[in-house]
Amino acid sequence: MKLRSIQYVLQQSFRGIWRNKGMSVASISSVAASLTILGLIMILILNMSHLAGLAQSQFDSVQAFLVDDLEPADIEVLGKQIADISGVAYVQYESKEAALANMKERWGQQGYLLDTLEENPLPNSYIVHVGHISESDHVVEQLNSFTEIDEVKYYRDIIDNLIRAAELIRSVGLLVIVTLVFITIFIISNTIKLTINARKREINIMKYVGATNWFVRWPFMIEGTLLGFIGACIALILVYFGYHTVFDMVTTRFFVIFSAYLLTVQEMMSRTVMMFIVLGAGVGALGSIISLRRYLEV
Amino acid sequence: MIEFRNIHKTYDNGVHALEGINLKINKGEFLFLVGPSGAGKSTFIKLLLKEEEPTSGSIIVDDEDITIYSKRKTPYLRRKISVVFQDFRLLEEKTLYENVAFAMQVVGASPKEIRRQVPMVLGMVGLSDRAKQYPHQLSGGEKQRVSIARAIVNRPIILIADEPTGNLDPDTAWEVMKVLRHISRRGTTILMATHAKDIVDVMQQRVVALEKGRIVRDVQRGIYGYET
Repeated sequence: MKLRSIQYVLQQSFRGIWRNKGMSVASISSVAASLTILGLIMILILNMSHLAGLAQSQFDSVQAFLVDDLEPADIEVLGKQIADISGVAYVQYESKEAALANMKERWGQQGYLLDTLEENPLPNSYIVHVGHISESDHVVEQLNSFTEIDEVKYYRDIIDNLIRAAELIRSVGLLVIVTLVFITIFIISNTIKLTINARKREINIMKYVGATNWFVRWPFMIEGTLLGFIGACIALILVYFGYHTVFDMVTTRFFVIFSAYLLTVQEMMSRTVMMFIVLGAGVGALGSIISLRRYLEV
Repeated sequence: MIEFRNIHKTYDNGVHALEGINLKINKGEFLFLVGPSGAGKSTFIKLLLKEEEPTSGSIIVDDEDITIYSKRKTPYLRRKISVVFQDFRLLEEKTLYENVAFAMQVVGASPKEIRRQVPMVLGMVGLSDRAKQYPHQLSGGEKQRVSIARAIVNRPIILIADEPTGNLDPDTAWEVMKVLRHISRRGTTILMATHAKDIVDVMQQRVVALEKGRIVRDVQRGIYGYET
């Protein structure tokens, strides 16, 4: 399109938004509301899958706690035996001292609480890394047959539950989103219809003097896109501050350790910004195309 | 230049609007299309503007069959075939100048062309000194002259006037006819559908009469031929 036409098109778009202030506000609010709800669902979905992913990568291992009072030599022999089990990738020894230190580190600022312990209650353990998660059942079975092993800690159930929950949230969320998107398209197309009505005469004349359909369409498209875009920006601001508040609350008032399992605000925003803007603008553009179709038939 | 070849048009509701129209319009001609209401005049014009498609037959404009044109090319056809309506169809919130310039803007003309062409056509219709006025400040005849200026500003090969004097009293109707004759003498082909007997009789141009979808008369320097 030619430059001077772009100027004309932009002018007409802003005029349209201004002329139907009420409906424009309604459209923007509707986009903002839909996308904010999408934001909430995204926060849930992304955090769940983040958690599931984290769990999977952290717990691709099985921890075998050893009975107390084993001789260092016995421990070493046991280690070699475990490593020979098929499906075991490698074995890592964690002494009770190392386990305590690790725990202290994980607890971060609250770590000093552990200093008051009189004796170390944590057992020695072998961390057994499994080649593939599907082999873990078999490895656990083998580990349980050792008398030197007191208990085998194994997280597969938790991981499975997490993944299932994430999938459920994802499909319910998707349904909600699709519904909201349709409602929003409907509202925007009605707003655009008002602008079109105000300019029906002009469109009719344009068609008779030989304007192309796209020339007629552009101002309305841009009007709809702008409405969607503004709505998306509002939703982004709401999601940003909302998540920021919740994130701060969870990590400062409850447990610092939670922060490791939540996506940071930056990570969350980097995943939603493009999506929101594309969705908002796309919904707006689609709404205007739908309402225009009838009027171009001259 | 424009030719209807055995055109039939039957609407979806079963009305036979045109039944076998064969007509040639030559370059520079001034042609009156007359006939009673419902004779097919409107359909004839709609086909030429590609607002409707014929049921059969072909319409040739500038050596091209527009009936096989895709719908997408309609805008380009409308730049060659422009139209003036009985109800003027001016934009009330724009000045005369802007109304005419608008027709050039929508086809993407350059500001330079617009500045040159708009005053020229306003001059041709005798409204140079009123360029800054708004349509509500004009009489019906003047409004119609603006709409003629808008129709010719993109230099169409034919100007279709659909009852251009239908809303006007006899005196202002003649103002409009003088403008049309002036434009015709400068080389624009004009097709005018009308019920105005006195105008047709005085103008002494080619008259094509339609009745029940057929051409019943086609004479050079003809008269209206119906009682009004």
